[in-house]
Amino acid sequence: MTSAGDRAATQPSFYHTKGKYSGILSWILSTDHKRIGIMYLAAILTFFLIGVTLGLMMRINLISPGRFITAKTYNRLFSLHGVIQIFLFIIPGIPASLGNFFLPILIGAKDVAFPRINLMSWWLYMIGGGIVVLSIFTGGGAPDTGWTFYAPYSIRTTTNISLALCGVILLGFSSIFTGLNFITTIHRLRAPGMGYFRMPLFIWSLYATAWTQVLATPVIAITLMLVILERFFAIGFFEPALGGDPLLYEHLFWMYSHPAVYIMILPAMGVVSEIFPTFAKRTVFGYRAIAFSSLAIAFVGYLVWGHHMFTSGMSDFARVIFSLITFMVAVPTGVKVFNWLATLYKGSIQLDSPLLFSLSFIFLFSIAGLTGLTIGSLSLNLYLHGTYFIVGHFHYTMFGGAAFGFFAGIHYWFPKMTGRMFNERAAKTAWFFMFIGFNILYFTMFILGLQGMPRRYFQYLPQFRTNHIISTVGSWILAVGLIIMFGNLIRAIFKGKKAGMNPWGGKTLEWQIPSPPPAENFETIPVIEHGPYKYD
Amino acid sequence: MIEPKMDNPDEIAIKERGDYTGAKMGMWIFLFTEVLFFGVLFLLYSVFRSRYALDFHASAKELDIFFGTANTAILLTSSLTMALSIALVRKGKKGLSILCQSVTIVLGIIFLINKYVEWGAHISSGIYPHSALLEQMSRGKVIFFSLYYVMTGLHGLHVLIGICVITGTLVFTAREIINREDFVKLENTGLYWHFVDIIWIYLFPLFYLIT
Repeated sequence: MTSAGDRAATQPSFYHTKGKYSGILSWILSTDHKRIGIMYLAAILTFFLIGVTLGLMMRINLISPGRFITAKTYNRLFSLHGVIQIFLFIIPGIPASLGNFFLPILIGAKDVAFPRINLMSWWLYMIGGGIVVLSIFTGGGAPDTGWTFYAPYSIRTTTNISLALCGVILLGFSSIFTGLNFITTIHRLRAPGMGYFRMPLFIWSLYATAWTQVLATPVIAITLMLVILERFFAIGFFEPALGGDPLLYEHLFWMYSHPAVYIMILPAMGVVSEIFPTFAKRTVFGYRAIAFSSLAIAFVGYLVWGHHMFTSGMSDFARVIFSLITFMVAVPTGVKVFNWLATLYKGSIQLDSPLLFSLSFIFLFSIAGLTGLTIGSLSLNLYLHGTYFIVGHFHYTMFGGAAFGFFAGIHYWFPKMTGRMFNERAAKTAWFFMFIGFNILYFTMFILGLQGMPRRYFQYLPQFRTNHIISTVGSWILAVGLIIMFGNLIRAIFKGKKAGMNPWGGKTLEWQIPSPPPAENFETIPVIEHGPYKYD
Repeated sequence: MIEPKMDNPDEIAIKERGDYTGAKMGMWIFLFTEVLFFGVLFLLYSVFRSRYALDFHASAKELDIFFGTANTAILLTSSLTMALSIALVRKGKKGLSILCQSVTIVLGIIFLINKYVEWGAHISSGIYPHSALLEQMSRGKVIFFSLYYVMTGLHGLHVLIGICVITGTLVFTAREIINREDFVKLENTGLYWHFVDIIWIYLFPLFYLIT
């Protein structure tokens, strides 16, 4: 391996390989999956920080409603916070950035199956994101419907819904093409010898995610187009005054948006499945169980959208069925959690920052999952549906789950992507602040919810005040953690120590090539002779 | 359906761009998404039709079955010429293939002209979304005509995109970028065109024949 490393070290990294273009064009017109991955990562994290800022402003309002911002602004804040964090950060999140960078490398390929479509996806993402941001400053101003764009209010409001929806639709197409690209890549471009059960588990999770992207996203694209048509031509599908039915909108919306939850969480599960074996120095426990549970989650995830609508008006029979299937999601999820824990058992554990983030992923996601069962049961849902309990549950899933998994992945693969190592101590400090701040911020919301605090409200009764203040203080601690984390990583890009080929002692293919990888990834395509996590 | 050799990865050489099976696979997945795209509209159609069965029945009488039938025949013929153009390229008959593709484009344009005339007649008689006349009619009729405009409109848009793409393959065939060895671009375009055709085969009875 040393000799291979020496030879490889003479190859220039993909950052230094001249393509057809130079300067900025060498990035924005590049079809290299690694450059596209890095561009996605930069864009996604930028949008994430915008979304975080909006969230912090909402929390500031809730210390003392009305003192800092008006009710109208508050409605727009929570709508934009949702739209940006969901459609611009967490849905493209891991697959588009880390997935793009590492999918071809992990299966021993030189690029994705359709590199030009890959570049087009990035452009669609940027244009869509740009349009969403533009909608804040033009027309009737930022949308105030919430990220769900529920009809008929989204048809009637004078804010700039149509433009924002155009942006979201473009983001949808970007997502579809990424999914299509990944499925084909995984089927067609695996290195010789890499059977389906020799693929790293991150690839399995990307595979399940890609199918969900492909099979769910068109539904929301057309539904949102119909809302635009409603606004311009009054076609009436979702407008009761014209004979339409707003409930149909909710069904169609959640038919996408529930599977979308799995688009967000599955890749994070894949990331931690890579991290546990590396930091426990053991092969993963229950490889096939983890692989198949990804597919099972993706599949069952299609059938549970109704649990978002228990209070919207549905027959009891439908509600019972939806509730039952919702409980079934817990089974494959539980399978994953126990397999990860069993991987750690008797391992020689190396407690570095990627593992810390992964462990907190399990902890936070378990809380998210268990509260999910609480609100998945009909009787409790009727009481809790309109409250902060949902907000708490949702953020434990998406932030505590998907985003912590994302950060775990960023730390794990940072040396591979940049060739440099961040300061481990700062990373652990950042993790500490984030973990503490996160729990103060969002666990309080469970309590608020049980006490009856309604969600999306600008104002509240005096008895909720203390908890709101605690929650807001938590958001500041979390923000401190984020600042340390991003500061540490950005500093490491320029001043970090050289990382070397394999700083963590990983066994998968990306650790067998130089950091950062050369433009063609592999000098010669590797031949795979065993499973991905072979520790002696 | 395609039969990618998925079970035997050792056989899958690392082909760079130009992987025939991969290209076909990508196209089929894309068509899945298109099915879902239209699927939402078919779903809305079924919900509203069961809710407003009588209104749908009455409204369908106002559509001109002549146009519908003519357009069905036109599209089916264009699918035939499209399929022929692929077969001809594979036999190396470039000129004839170009001719068949041109006929496909012309038939597509005729389809759109028909559609234009048909829509124009409805609009001039005052039936279009949000029109004063339609607003006075029953809710079921409003929805029926909205569905009619949205579904045939979206389908028309697909025909238009198809015409543009076939124009592209026409140029490629002339320049022999598409040739008897490498014809997957044309084949994929053909798949798309047949898909557009199939959607129309469903739209036609749902709007014209339910009287």
